Amino acid sequence: MKAHRKNVDTMTKVGVLVFPGSNCDRDCYDVIHQIFRQEVEFVWHQETQLKDFHAIVLPGGFSYGDYLRCGAIARFSPIMKAVRQFADDGGFVLGVCNGFQILLEAGLLPGAMLRNRSLKFICRQVHLRVETQDTLYTRGYHSRQVLRLPIAHGDGNYYADAETLERLKRNKQIVFRYCQSDGTVDEKANPNGSVENIAGICNEQRNVLGMMPHPERASELVLGSQDGRGIFASLFNL
Amino acid sequence: MTQPTAPQDIVSQHGLSQEEYQRIRTLLGREPNPVELGIFGVMWSEHCSYKSSRVHLKKLPTQGERVIEGPGENAGVVDIGGGLVAVFKMESHNHPSFIEPYQGAATGVGGILRDIFTMGARPVALLNSLRFGPLSFPRNRYLFEGVISGIAGYGNCMGVPTVGGEVYFHEIYNRNNLVNVLCLGIAQRDKIVKGRASGVGNPVLYVGSKTGRDGIHGATMASASFDHESETKRPMVQVGDPFTEKRLLEACLEAIDQDLILGMQDMGAGGLSCSSSEMASKADMGMTIELSSVPLRENGMTPYEIMLSESQERMLLVPKPGREKEVRRIFEKWELDVATIGTVVSDGLLTVKDQGNVVVQVPAKALTEEAPSYERPLAPPPYLDAIQSLNLDVLKEPKDFNEVLLTLLSSPTIASKEWVYRQYDHMVQTNTIVQPGSGAAVIRIKGRDQALALTVDGNSLYCLLNPYMGAVIAVAEAARNLVCAGAKPIAVTDCLNFGNPEKPEVMWQFALAIEGITDACKQFGLPVVSGNVSFYNETNGIDIYPTPIIGMIGLMEPARPMTSWFKTPGDRIVLLGDTKEDLGGTEYLRQIFSNERGTPPFIELEKEAALHTLCLSAIKSGLIKSAHDCSEGGFAVAIAESCITCEDFIMGAEVTLSDRKIRRDALLFGESQSRILATVPEEKLPELERLAAQHKVPFEVIGQAGGDRLRISVHDSSSDRTSCLIDLEADKIAVTWRNAISKVLE
Repeated sequence: MKAHRKNVDTMTKVGVLVFPGSNCDRDCYDVIHQIFRQEVEFVWHQETQLKDFHAIVLPGGFSYGDYLRCGAIARFSPIMKAVRQFADDGGFVLGVCNGFQILLEAGLLPGAMLRNRSLKFICRQVHLRVETQDTLYTRGYHSRQVLRLPIAHGDGNYYADAETLERLKRNKQIVFRYCQSDGTVDEKANPNGSVENIAGICNEQRNVLGMMPHPERASELVLGSQDGRGIFASLFNL
Repeated sequence: MTQPTAPQDIVSQHGLSQEEYQRIRTLLGREPNPVELGIFGVMWSEHCSYKSSRVHLKKLPTQGERVIEGPGENAGVVDIGGGLVAVFKMESHNHPSFIEPYQGAATGVGGILRDIFTMGARPVALLNSLRFGPLSFPRNRYLFEGVISGIAGYGNCMGVPTVGGEVYFHEIYNRNNLVNVLCLGIAQRDKIVKGRASGVGNPVLYVGSKTGRDGIHGATMASASFDHESETKRPMVQVGDPFTEKRLLEACLEAIDQDLILGMQDMGAGGLSCSSSEMASKADMGMTIELSSVPLRENGMTPYEIMLSESQERMLLVPKPGREKEVRRIFEKWELDVATIGTVVSDGLLTVKDQGNVVVQVPAKALTEEAPSYERPLAPPPYLDAIQSLNLDVLKEPKDFNEVLLTLLSSPTIASKEWVYRQYDHMVQTNTIVQPGSGAAVIRIKGRDQALALTVDGNSLYCLLNPYMGAVIAVAEAARNLVCAGAKPIAVTDCLNFGNPEKPEVMWQFALAIEGITDACKQFGLPVVSGNVSFYNETNGIDIYPTPIIGMIGLMEPARPMTSWFKTPGDRIVLLGDTKEDLGGTEYLRQIFSNERGTPPFIELEKEAALHTLCLSAIKSGLIKSAHDCSEGGFAVAIAESCITCEDFIMGAEVTLSDRKIRRDALLFGESQSRILATVPEEKLPELERLAAQHKVPFEVIGQAGGDRLRISVHDSSSDRTSCLIDLEADKIAVTWRNAISKVLE
């Protein structure tokens, strides 16, 4: 890992951001608190500081109703300035679904999100292939491990221009791709039309991860899968 | 507003009769002014006053040891132990959804959500029961797709999972589609808030969205039949804003959590008129409102428009004494409008002022409790004998049962509803432990070994042929769905969709359906804690089939749900319950012979109850590995579904039925009630058989799960020969069933 936060070992607290319209905030909180027994706190979008946090989660939902464009209004919330600073300092930032969209709109990750190819909201389990273990989020998975995680979005059709895409590949910033259950990455496995089946990417420093599938919905067997646990477990060094 | 010169016109414009107008004059001791008349019109509408249904609804059982709040509040409340309560209700948004499907359905979801969180409960699940005309008509496809996107658009944004439901397609709904939505919330028992404006001198706060000109006369529109001009009613349909509602939800729950609220009610049908008069009336109080304080979306709105607007995402609340500032702070934090618009007074009057001038002054109870109640005439429909007679002799059994099964599985009513529920976020809140597609949905309760199962059920053809039996079956089937999931049914909500109540045959259907629900609920010990009536589902004089929908919740402890699909090759398949020659009113007759005659299957409630006890006990003691009830499409559809409903694998089955000396088609597709299809590991068969005998439930081992084909044979007792009736690849069955709806739409 290129960037490491100075006191990462002494800080364990996780902040879950709450924008008006966030609706997976409580789910993320519950998983971090109940399943991983980590200290976690909600952070209201009007806050301007992120002190003493080990990691920040931007949860899914419909921040500002997804009016205008997903994440387009939330990026102007006061807290986003602090998130940028936090990321620049090497802090870990995980954006899930709407959180990923906000990170794209805020320019913390490259690319943009379009409407699903089907023009419909899609909620279902998909398979993902871990494309790189070289992030703090995925170091607990095997190389090319296939995970089963749910998606639930209307705008998950990730797009990046050729140049950006080239850079993402060169730097191994593509973290997850949609695939078949045997790991084959093809058009059939692509639920929303995203370019090259991209489901999740990280920044060059590898401390900011955005992903459309919901790891917090796949952290208990009773919910159908616990393949998402690895992301949290790696992050908390468990 | 100009003063009316011809009261008759004005009176009928408000949906009131001349007798009702006279009653208003008597109650007031004078002529009502136009604003007052508008308020009476909406409050005395069928939709708000239940004037045709009240005398019948009183017969429903509403008591029970778990019942905290029965009908009359915003939603029913039942105790689920450990200081928690389940708050739930079902409501219709039929008329608006026909005129404007997306917004009509969306605001239907918004309305029922507010009913739940206004009581202090966090909504945890949504279900819906939908009826459309056949998808072969373009207009029905437009309505269907619009309604589904509307439900998805609102529910997904709110972060409340839509976990289940049912959809039927039938020509009778061509001009009157039905959209019924059920919402379940969980609350702390000691935090329940009621819609009461108590405490003289307490301020009345308006919170949420601003008031606009949308939805004026919405409730009146929902209380009238449709004709060729219905499309012109589009402006009466409200427009939903789920983002505002999400903030309203969080703000209300935050305020309730901090113990700041004395009473609260949402502004749904009837808007400010309804919430103010009901809150005052329930507390035996009055209320004074100043309209110039109401946050408005546009200038120049008249008192009439403000009082009758049905703009969405608004609440009226009375804070606890001295807590007004804290309430304001919370709503302001969520960037919502908050305004003190009135005061609780002791005179029992609803007084509305505009810049200090009194524009309305009527007794609050005149609008609510004093609303008319009618015992409308009842009479069986003249065509009843004709439709109940069914001559099976002229209906020759088809040669190819494979074809029949595939036809049934690909009919949109029976086919997989995956196309629908893929568009609903059914996983948010991370509690959904049985996802859409099995019989009932199951929601766990975090931090406890407890779950709630939910279902909605109703069969309108049964109800047309015999409203009493149809309603009994709706209750029985709902309960059967819950026990198949491993949950004990605890309470009922209903949504009663009927035609024009001024027709004696419609009222007759209604009265009999209520009797059916009553008898079935009493047998199962279930209270009806909330509900909704939707009359006037009639267009150009044609009424819909009577469509009472039953919503039911069940409690599961521990939280170990059972599902409907086969699990392990080699497991024995058992049919619990008896199969008779029940072909009347079946999907089979309808789809294959276009025949809608006969009488629906007869149900013996004691036998049904015994089946439920058996099923629950077999699940609890770990004897069975799958349970699926037989309903539309009968045994053949039930076993096919058990082969294919699991998302991860498909499993065939091979079974042989004893002929029971009835028609083969009745064996396969008859809809005899009180039957459950289950799988059992071989070593546990004797124990299950003993248990079935103990509960006097007919028990037949018919075959085993496994392989990649579904083969159904029948053993002829007279010739002692076995012949194969159905032999299909399970994969083919699955593809037919799964793709049917998307195929019709594309």
